[in-house]
Amino acid sequence: MLDFLRTRWTQGTRTSPFPEGPADFPERFRGRPALDASRCVTGCRECRAAMPSQLVVLGSDDRASLDVGACLFSPEEASACERGAISYTADHRLSTRARSDMVSGVGALPDLEALETRTQRLFGRSLRLRSVAAGSCNGCEGELVALGNVVFDMARFGVQFVASPRHADGMVVTGAVSRNMREAVYRTYEAIPDPRLVIAVGACAINGGPFQGSPEVENGVPADLPVDLWIAGCPPHPLTVLDGLLRLLGRLEERQGPSNS
Amino acid sequence: MTSFHSVGLRNRRAVSFAAIPEEPMSRFRDTVLQAVRDGWRVVALFGSPESGGHTRLVAVLGEDARGELGVLSTVVSGAYPSLTPECPEVHLFEREIAEQCGVVPEGHPWLKPVRRHPVDHGSSPGGAVQDRERYEFFQVHGEEVHEVAVGPVHAGIIEPGHFRFQAHGEEVLFLEIMLGYQHRGVERLLEARRWPEAVLVAESIAGDTVIGHASAACGAIEALARSRKTPRAQTIRGIALELERVANHIGDLGAIAGDIAYQPAAAFFGRMRGECLNLLMTLSGNRYGRGLIRPGGVRFDIPPEMAVEMRSRLQVLAEELSGVGHLMLKNASVQARLEGVGVVSRQSCIDLGLVGVAARACEVPRDVRHDHPYGVFRFAHVPVATAWAGDVLARTLVRWLEVQRSLAFVIEQVSALPRGGILAECNALRPSELVVALEEGWRGEIAHVVITDDAGQVRRHKVVDPSFHNWGAVAAAMPGNQISDFPLCNKSFNLSYAGHDL
Repeated sequence: MLDFLRTRWTQGTRTSPFPEGPADFPERFRGRPALDASRCVTGCRECRAAMPSQLVVLGSDDRASLDVGACLFSPEEASACERGAISYTADHRLSTRARSDMVSGVGALPDLEALETRTQRLFGRSLRLRSVAAGSCNGCEGELVALGNVVFDMARFGVQFVASPRHADGMVVTGAVSRNMREAVYRTYEAIPDPRLVIAVGACAINGGPFQGSPEVENGVPADLPVDLWIAGCPPHPLTVLDGLLRLLGRLEERQGPSNS
Repeated sequence: MTSFHSVGLRNRRAVSFAAIPEEPMSRFRDTVLQAVRDGWRVVALFGSPESGGHTRLVAVLGEDARGELGVLSTVVSGAYPSLTPECPEVHLFEREIAEQCGVVPEGHPWLKPVRRHPVDHGSSPGGAVQDRERYEFFQVHGEEVHEVAVGPVHAGIIEPGHFRFQAHGEEVLFLEIMLGYQHRGVERLLEARRWPEAVLVAESIAGDTVIGHASAACGAIEALARSRKTPRAQTIRGIALELERVANHIGDLGAIAGDIAYQPAAAFFGRMRGECLNLLMTLSGNRYGRGLIRPGGVRFDIPPEMAVEMRSRLQVLAEELSGVGHLMLKNASVQARLEGVGVVSRQSCIDLGLVGVAARACEVPRDVRHDHPYGVFRFAHVPVATAWAGDVLARTLVRWLEVQRSLAFVIEQVSALPRGGILAECNALRPSELVVALEEGWRGEIAHVVITDDAGQVRRHKVVDPSFHNWGAVAAAMPGNQISDFPLCNKSFNLSYAGHDL
């Protein structure tokens, strides 16, 4: 008993200061990618050869845009542009309501709009989620599990993962949706009572991630499932997921950027 | 004629493909079976497509006591006599060959689906394996015998897999495991994508083993390119690998505590797993070490001030861990709850060809860092931790010992980094060669076998995650246990679904 009390005392309180305090990341942390338009030459296309993902999208006018949802957050995606136009910021906020909002000229994401009042009233203080891993690597799942630990402690906001779709208000999909999991994804969605949310977490669930183009995967959540929240990352940091969820629930309205940018 | 063990194959030492003995099927079979009787272990057995619709079977064997590797091959088409009846450790490899190459191992006792591919390497599976959707699970019949089906979607945040229990009351009579839900076509992507970009796929084979798989894949590519890593790069890889091991083992200790409702250790360990991941983030910019391991070395250095910071954070962690570890493992009710649950006998371990923590908990001291040393592990040794009972407690103790030994290793290495660069040139791959890169990931032996064609392109990239060897142990450990102990038993192995499914 004394040992227990001593250990408990040594361990102390470890809950992250987020969201009241700053979200701190080390210097090498790779957050939201950004495109420096002044260094990007229209029609250059050179980055395409060395780019290991679909991060750079070329428009009909040959201008480059960044698709944050497709970003694998690897050092190679930044070094693919020899002019240094692509870089990673320390911004951990990587969530949007619409897939199309992930694409922009400079890599900026619009402010995330909360759920409409009625659904916000339903889910705002109590949200129960069902996790479906579907053709993933277990990286995103590792970070979702971490959200339950004492540091991130998602339950303090009333958000929890539950053991049955019947108990859930929404589904969190991770992974590129393998052909072997496609049916399970639909059946889980159908088993969740209406109104229900669909949350796509990680580059795989958004566009297939590193498995994009493999004949064994669907390249992310099938288009006919209505996704309410897209969270980019490979895998997203737990604070990235928490930030997206809290903004969706209207619990985080002020613009809370990174402390060191 | 050269014999399978005299081709000069070692961990990360490539050999000319032409030097590999090619034997007729019957001799190939006899050689492999005799080698296993003589104490060799099957590291990998896989098919590679040949012209004319034939398949070349390649067997990679390991002799751990002498640190030797052997390789031999044979060409088959249509069918061949299965090795499994006499060598159970290849049962899953042969099922995989049937599914990937459409070659039937005749006489295989249980030729059921592994992952389902319509067409993979070369030919169509034809009728080699049953349709996964129509597969009928083994059933036990009798009074009050009932069946419990779990998955693929689970109650917690867990990868997908299906478990079918035959139970009598609370007692499990039989467990059958169906995997393949995470199948993403990893091997084909590794073969089709260019290096070095393909390393992003290697990092995603199993997202909790980023360092392990990326190091094994890069080790294979570096050997084929004759790239020589600097000592500093090798040490940083070793540090990252052991940090990954510590992070995952701590996470497992916490999860085991959670499964027996010993909440304080679950909470403390859960937090400390994150501390290790944060150290990897300080080093590489990502909590799982993505972006660090690249062909030729590492992408990020440890400058002196970071080494000092890492060292002091690790020392605090080591002290905090020690308190929690003793709190949990000295507790009699914790010991009683873990003891005698999910036992794997030493003989089953050898027959099934288990690796890693699962093997070491049965007093089978297999450890690539010790048996087939590479990189920094040729100069700095991490003692091999073993236990003997083969139960959940033994696997917990092995993890706990490894956490302490790996932490001591990292603290020592981070304080004495060799000078020099971190990334060497890694140019074109040598044509027509085969290389085996073994790595002791936190779950056990990771093997990447890469074969190049005559133009120096990757022709076959075979990945064997330790889970591929070990899933059979979960099924073998359950009969006789209570069905409610399945989560605890499963967690004590904590195998990868993604690593198995590829």
